[in-house]
Amino acid sequence: MYEQDVAVYDSRRIVPANAHTSPTTERPLVRRTLILVAVAFMALTLVLPLVLVFVEAFRKGADTYFAAFADRHSQTAIALTLTVAAIAVPLNLVFGVAAAWCVAKYEFWGKSFLTTLIDLPFSVSPVVSGMVYVLLFGAQSVLGPWLRSMGIEIIFAVPGIVLATIFVTFPFIARELIPLMQAQGSTDEEAALSLGATGWQTFWRVTLPNIKWGLLYGVLLCNARAMGEFGAVSVVSGHIRGRTTTMPLDIEILYNEYNFAAAFAVASLLALLALVTLLIKTILEVRFGAELAGTRRH
Amino acid sequence: MVGYLTRSTPPLSDGPVPALPPVPGLIARLRPGPPGWSFVKPSILPGFRLTFGYTLVYLSLIVLIPIIGLFLKAASVPLEEIVRIATAPRTLKALEVSFGSSLIAALVNVVFGLIVAWVLVRYRFFGRRLLDAIVDLPFALPTAVAGIALSALYAPKGWVGSLFSERGPLWQWWQAQTWLPFGISEFAPNLKIAYTPSGIVIALIFIGLPFVVRTVQPVLEEFEAELEEAAATLGASRLQTIVRVILPRLTPAVLTGFALAFARAVGEYGSVIFIAGNLPHISEIAPVLIVIKLEEFDQAGAAVIAGIMLVIAFVMLLVINLIQAWSRRRFGDV
Amino acid sequence: MKTAPRLLAAGALVAALGLATAITARAADQTLLNVSYDPTRELYAQFNEAFARHWKDTTGNTVTIEQSHGGSGKQAQAVIDGLAADVVTLALEGDINAIAEKSGLIDENWRAELPNKSTPYTSTIVFLVRKGNPKAIAAWGDLIEDGVEVITPNPKTSGGARWNYLAAWAWASKANAGDEQKTVDFIKALYGNVPVLDTGARGSTVTFAQKELGDVLLAWENEAFLVLDEFGAGDFDIVYPSSSILAEPPVAIVDKNVEARGTAAVAKAYLDYLYSPEGQTLAAANHYRPSDPAGVTDPALIAAFPAIDLISIDDPLFGGWKTAQPKHFGDGGIFDQIYTPAQ
Repeated sequence: MYEQDVAVYDSRRIVPANAHTSPTTERPLVRRTLILVAVAFMALTLVLPLVLVFVEAFRKGADTYFAAFADRHSQTAIALTLTVAAIAVPLNLVFGVAAAWCVAKYEFWGKSFLTTLIDLPFSVSPVVSGMVYVLLFGAQSVLGPWLRSMGIEIIFAVPGIVLATIFVTFPFIARELIPLMQAQGSTDEEAALSLGATGWQTFWRVTLPNIKWGLLYGVLLCNARAMGEFGAVSVVSGHIRGRTTTMPLDIEILYNEYNFAAAFAVASLLALLALVTLLIKTILEVRFGAELAGTRRH
Repeated sequence: MVGYLTRSTPPLSDGPVPALPPVPGLIARLRPGPPGWSFVKPSILPGFRLTFGYTLVYLSLIVLIPIIGLFLKAASVPLEEIVRIATAPRTLKALEVSFGSSLIAALVNVVFGLIVAWVLVRYRFFGRRLLDAIVDLPFALPTAVAGIALSALYAPKGWVGSLFSERGPLWQWWQAQTWLPFGISEFAPNLKIAYTPSGIVIALIFIGLPFVVRTVQPVLEEFEAELEEAAATLGASRLQTIVRVILPRLTPAVLTGFALAFARAVGEYGSVIFIAGNLPHISEIAPVLIVIKLEEFDQAGAAVIAGIMLVIAFVMLLVINLIQAWSRRRFGDV
Repeated sequence: MKTAPRLLAAGALVAALGLATAITARAADQTLLNVSYDPTRELYAQFNEAFARHWKDTTGNTVTIEQSHGGSGKQAQAVIDGLAADVVTLALEGDINAIAEKSGLIDENWRAELPNKSTPYTSTIVFLVRKGNPKAIAAWGDLIEDGVEVITPNPKTSGGARWNYLAAWAWASKANAGDEQKTVDFIKALYGNVPVLDTGARGSTVTFAQKELGDVLLAWENEAFLVLDEFGAGDFDIVYPSSSILAEPPVAIVDKNVEARGTAAVAKAYLDYLYSPEGQTLAAANHYRPSDPAGVTDPALIAAFPAIDLISIDDPLFGGWKTAQPKHFGDGGIFDQIYTPAQ
């Protein structure tokens, strides 16, 4: 039932929960119910798992929690995770900028096919992402014996983990930048070029400042995913403790050693990273909302 | 660089320009390819060759060559063997579990994602900003961590699982509702979540929610209030306005969000293995079957199933792009 | 924006440094990689320390032993795909055979290279139940009762799970006087009571002990004792069935890999040391049944193993791994059939 006899048509799109009813918003009861449903749903599916990670991590006290990071294997896992992210993220950053430039600034034949290919790793199962590298570089592959004779280790070593990580985080930065750069158009760049700037000058001084927050946002998401990837890395890692185990694999090992407090402690570190990512992202949105307008679309 | 033309002023038209040697400090103008037909529309901006070339090389090295390798491996299997693997009851069932759970999870996400997006855009309430930030949690939280946490939550002894388990609070409450007709209160099902197909759905809801919210949200934010006002002025009830005016406008975004959540869910592995029972024919998803094939020394079989999933993933993405193109034509954006 | 190029440069520098450390870390002292299955984590953690000390004392050299653990089949596949293992210590003879056949890295006659068919320790399958055994589970036959939930991993991916399956098969075959159809029916009823098939033995133990799912866990003997140590003896009881399987987890040197890496001597010494009194005692202390009980220094450790009827895989009932593997666990084998819904 709506109330037809309301005289004032409140056309504000944003209405406080206690505002009086207008035909362009819902009745307070409906509003409250919807808010409650949204909050309850998010609490049940998203917030509770996060809370559980921290509760389990501190179950045996802060001493056990911090002891988990004193372990040599956990430290090497953290170091390896940082190393992998430090290689994979910059590479995908350069690619993301190049791909976004070429897709957003030009019209060419086969463009939508190219963007579909760029998106592909996003919907490929992580298991398959790892498997393709085993099939390509593994000892049973065509390249395997040659790599072995050259003494190059890819699979079950750091390069394989880096490759698998690059694969799964491949589209993240490009996906953030393409809609943003499309929305911004090319007029700024054209103005700069007409004023005598070179291509590189235009990129560094005009384009990059325009996209910097969207770029940072993409880097954050890419980094979080790079550090947290499990399925693909698990296939190519070989699980050599202290050599090829990243943090998510270390969590699995600790879990399999019945060391749940330590497993959740390492997990909480990754969850903390996720929270920091979200925090920075929110700050960016509050301060630079307009410049990020195109980046809400995943 | 051959093919780059320079002019002292920006061109006003896209027409062909006479060739000049590159002059430093002047504006480079791109004319890709030979004169006549060109697959790229000429543009004043430089760098097409560089960025397009780099994109292609990097894409090929990281994505295309490994995927071609996978298909070559799958192609090394005789055709009848491929058909046998692809149509084996267990393969079909695993694909059905994967796609069925993903479909249910994506539908749940459409309903709740719409509500969440609506609430975030239209209402102001305490904690809205926090809720908005948390939507992205599944993007940032490692899937293995999510899987361990979800299975601990929804296991029969977990915080949530214990509510639903046999003789749990909800079970007892339902049993106490003796006023219900037909004695249905006596039929108190033992609702297990973890280690059943429902567990898979829960994990897939977790990873898929942000896709729906984040595609619907911007469209809702840019929605013209005038349309709603016009509908109300013309005597439509609020419900009619929502169903006939707002929802149709949201359809492309909802479809895109649905397809993205679905595509992501089909391949999910890390969070699902911890919470699914992994029983063949019941709760075994296709990626788990690939891992099992790999562990049985059956790389070719694994490659066949992986190839099937890859093709489906690619088709899904094409469909998403088509929806977006359709929506751009119809509404001017997504 | 001057900071952006600097950021990029800094990123590249970090990447280069990361690569450099990754490379230098590999050029350390002599290392040995032992690729093993899931439940041996604790055994090899202790044994590696003991061996490193022994190697230092006898040769003066330093050796660092790296471990990789996982499902036995997965580990074997990783070695086939190029995981540079010096030695493999897996759950099943069939997994090492697969490495020998598919990659040629291991000599085909590997079983003859070390004493006791290259099996330094054996084990068996027991029942782990909740304290006081509320469902009164005492024998294999009790597992198919209504309302009994059995936790066991997936035999397709877990070596231990295959031993579980074969132990049940051996008992049922004997109880049904060799009637194969009835035996299959028993196995089918047993797996009908399994709510979760984890991919590895460790996953099943976590499901049973940590998540408190199920009434009985079919587990390696050593794994069952480990649960008592790790989760508290107050919560669980171990039940020995009247008969079980003689599980023989074998070990082997990966010949081609040790040749390439120059670790043949230390790899051989490593596996030999498993058979030494120290190695055998460590195995017994970790609840593995030593192949040479005479060498164990503490007789109490041997006395702790109850004597039960143990059936070998080489028994005519199974006819060895080469016959049993395809029949029971191969593609379309009996295990696949019991999960195929009736048409």
